[in-house]
Amino acid sequence: MTRYPYLMAAVLAVAIVGCSSGDGSAGSSGPSVDGGPIALRRLTTEQFVRSIHDVLGDHITVPSRIDPDERRAGLLAVGSSFASVTPSGFEKYEAAAAAVAEQALDADHRAELVPCEPASGSSSDDVCARRFIEQVGRRLFRRSLSQAEIDSRVEVARNATLILGDFYQGLELALSSLLVSPDFLFRVERAEPDPGDPSRLRLTGTSIATRLSFFLWDTSPDDELLDAAESGNLLDRDVLAAQVDRLVSSPRAEIGLRTLFSDFYDFRQFDDGLVRKDAALFPAYTQTIAEDAKEQTLRTIVAHLTEGGDYRDLFTSRNTFLTRNLGLMYRVPVVTASGWEAHTFDEDSPRAGLMSHVSVMALYSHTGRSSATLRGKFVREVLLCQDVPTPPANIDFSIVEDTMGELRTARERLEVHVTNDACAGCHNLMDPIGLAFENFDAIGAFREQENGATIDASGELDGVSYDGPVGVGEALRDHPELGPCLVRTLFRYSVGRDATPDEWPLLDFLGERFAESEFRVADLVREIVLSDGFLTTSGPREAEMVGAEP
Amino acid sequence: MKKRFDRRTMLRGTLAGGAVSMGLPLLDCFLDDNGTALAQGAPLPLRFGAWMWGCGINPERWAPTTTGEGWELSPELVALDRELSSGGKVRDYVSVLSGFDVTLDGRPNFPHSGGLVTTLTGSVPEQDGVYVAPTLDSVISSQIGGVTRFRSIEMSATGNPNQAYSREAQGIPNAPELSPAALYARVFGPEFADPNAGPFVPDPRLMLRQSVLSVVKEDADRLLQQVGTHDSQRLDQYFTSVRQLEQQINVLLAGPPDLEACMKAPQPVSEDLGTEVGQSKLTNQLMAELLSFALACDQTRVFSMMFSAPISGLRQAGSSSQHHQLTHDEAIDPDLGYQPEATAFVLDSMEAWADFIERLAAIPEGDGTLLDNCLVFAHSDVSFAKVHGIIGLPMMIAGRAGGRIKPGIHVRGNAAPTTRVGLTLQQVMGLNVESWGTRSMKATLPVSEILV
Repeated sequence: MTRYPYLMAAVLAVAIVGCSSGDGSAGSSGPSVDGGPIALRRLTTEQFVRSIHDVLGDHITVPSRIDPDERRAGLLAVGSSFASVTPSGFEKYEAAAAAVAEQALDADHRAELVPCEPASGSSSDDVCARRFIEQVGRRLFRRSLSQAEIDSRVEVARNATLILGDFYQGLELALSSLLVSPDFLFRVERAEPDPGDPSRLRLTGTSIATRLSFFLWDTSPDDELLDAAESGNLLDRDVLAAQVDRLVSSPRAEIGLRTLFSDFYDFRQFDDGLVRKDAALFPAYTQTIAEDAKEQTLRTIVAHLTEGGDYRDLFTSRNTFLTRNLGLMYRVPVVTASGWEAHTFDEDSPRAGLMSHVSVMALYSHTGRSSATLRGKFVREVLLCQDVPTPPANIDFSIVEDTMGELRTARERLEVHVTNDACAGCHNLMDPIGLAFENFDAIGAFREQENGATIDASGELDGVSYDGPVGVGEALRDHPELGPCLVRTLFRYSVGRDATPDEWPLLDFLGERFAESEFRVADLVREIVLSDGFLTTSGPREAEMVGAEP
Repeated sequence: MKKRFDRRTMLRGTLAGGAVSMGLPLLDCFLDDNGTALAQGAPLPLRFGAWMWGCGINPERWAPTTTGEGWELSPELVALDRELSSGGKVRDYVSVLSGFDVTLDGRPNFPHSGGLVTTLTGSVPEQDGVYVAPTLDSVISSQIGGVTRFRSIEMSATGNPNQAYSREAQGIPNAPELSPAALYARVFGPEFADPNAGPFVPDPRLMLRQSVLSVVKEDADRLLQQVGTHDSQRLDQYFTSVRQLEQQINVLLAGPPDLEACMKAPQPVSEDLGTEVGQSKLTNQLMAELLSFALACDQTRVFSMMFSAPISGLRQAGSSSQHHQLTHDEAIDPDLGYQPEATAFVLDSMEAWADFIERLAAIPEGDGTLLDNCLVFAHSDVSFAKVHGIIGLPMMIAGRAGGRIKPGIHVRGNAAPTTRVGLTLQQVMGLNVESWGTRSMKATLPVSEILV
């Protein structure tokens, strides 16, 4: 059984003699920096479901309400480096594992997964069980299993077969033990000394493969990528670059793009059913509209970026996709009775760019009314990566939000922010941006008036004045922070943490390269993967005393 | 790690004899030292629960004007005047704690979280939303939750899976159940050993599941050798969770609970999730009913319910404003002296609290009711929400805690730290703790007025 590498032995061998092939960080692009700390990253709900589908079969219904994902620093991808498994979460993982294993090995599908025939269907067969565990375990753990990991599962299968009298039911238990293992539920990143400079640490081949696959496809690595990793070839820059190109040009890269923009914009709220509107005030807003609206935006992003479009043009482009339901919301004709069709908004339409989409406008509103402040905050924090301080605790908001009084429009009400010193500092950062979207109500429908008064949608973004949503889209497109912000967010998304000060020069470099490439996201992705920030690390993350002295 | 009992070895030994049916001596081997079955005559279990509502109260209208027993009913506590079918009124079982404060020692008052986190962890947060210590319910469940099928049950009537009341160390959230149907399936699904369903036959698969858990604990042990301190804390949490599931299986193997009051809960009527106030009240009622049956069957001894979130999303159909917005936006009516629309949600919240308590009192247990053997802590995140007040954070305690506390008393805190209440709750639940909290929030004296 020596052809199966022992995990611990492999790690030790690497640590002592270094790795034989690959030039490691020496071949990375950009400034030489030490990457930040690595940590276990718990699979998100989508990653859990998708990994199971990819490894065990698309036919499986995977229970998806497990343990909610945690959003930190604006990203689920960062939260995953902090999430753990609570008792109620583990209970659900275990039940899900049993349900998945049963479907994966049912009579119709077992032949696709089990690479051998057992000697008898009703008694144990260690040899066949072992082959199954090795093969499936490698995909689920994203590396080959150690002998101990395999042996313990062969034993589980044997005992279970004895009690249950069925070989495949025995395998189900062994498969369950893979699915609830921390080695599956967490993406494990490991480091090893860089042979070119043993004072530095780089990620191991399988760790790079895992990072890469989740970054671009949001799922566990496929066999080809794992083979490249386990043979050591992935540590060679050219091999890595070729794998990046393969993943980027695959149709599955669309999943990666959708996932990352859903994460940036917090579209998970649509999936959690949290973008609710008052049914009496907004009868046109339905669950279907909400789902279509989210899909419209993701389709628009994917189509634009996979055609190699300039990232900035997403904020001015009039090209999109609509369903007939959405056509009613946007008041434009949609020919296709069911499904999607491409649509270009008219030149005189107020709809241009992502910020004019129903999805973004509805998400950054309250249940019963629009919010210039939430919209402005979204632009500042998410699109431009600027911090907006939290409001002071003792504040009188009553004039700001009194819709029944003298102040009829949001602008009139928000003027109060600007004339009150305590509010002005922060609200001047948000409100002038958001007020330009006031022609879109809490569900993103167009309106000329609010409470009988005509809406003034003029505004200003860092010195650029405009009138209405089209103008703010243009101002946003040309804002110098728009590109660098995507660089920063994409980097954080890929490594699951904020950039460390050591990595700031790298972000500057990546920002320049992004501009040089005319803001092509595929090029940026490639630059990130081939950078020291992605390929090297300072070591495992150490626990922080959160909040310092309690 | 101390050497643990090897279930797989045990399993092999049994199987060599060809025995598939499992006798009691074997089952005993699978029980923890402290066991789970409650023999006849054993004391009834003591339970701890938390119930929170968001966006506070109007202090002058909420706090009773008199202290001690038989406190005078205040305008915002009228819901507690409700009669109980078991006798007495809800208010007879509820102590009101007014005038206990959160003191920040110069740290910022993060709106809706500063006072809440401090009251539940004993420490004022330095960053918004960061819990430096586990919440009270977790502190208590880590001590007493290990013997039941579920270490604790978290519930929420907000419909939002991302708002967790209960936090482990490092602020790791214990996700709540949102749906009564899901809660029913979890507690009373096919796994539930119904004491009224004929002879008990343990499912052999339970033991096989134990063998799976042994394997993944080995995985976690190996992984632990390779990670830094940040991840080792997270893996410790994983270990705790695996052990809890082992315990759950032990309880299932031991058969139905031997408790007179134990009955399988009826299926909940059709649910309607959402933050319209009627929806949240219904969810609260349905979950309270399921919980009462779960407690009577000793499925858990710790629970929490978030009726509404700190930034309360409760709303009335057709209104453009939610509870939280109203607390800030709505003008104070000069004639009434309060915000009428926002205050309506306070009254709704107190009714929901009364619903919850009434349900616990509806299950007879021992010489009294389930409520007599509960200690339920209710509180909000702020006092007067308009200004995010944390002076006089509203708190209440319901139940008799198995005769350890006197119910139905109004205590004025006179600016004592809210952590005195947290300290009292821990001591009543039998935790060996002499002080709790840090800096100005360090409490050394319990609220003796309510202690027996």
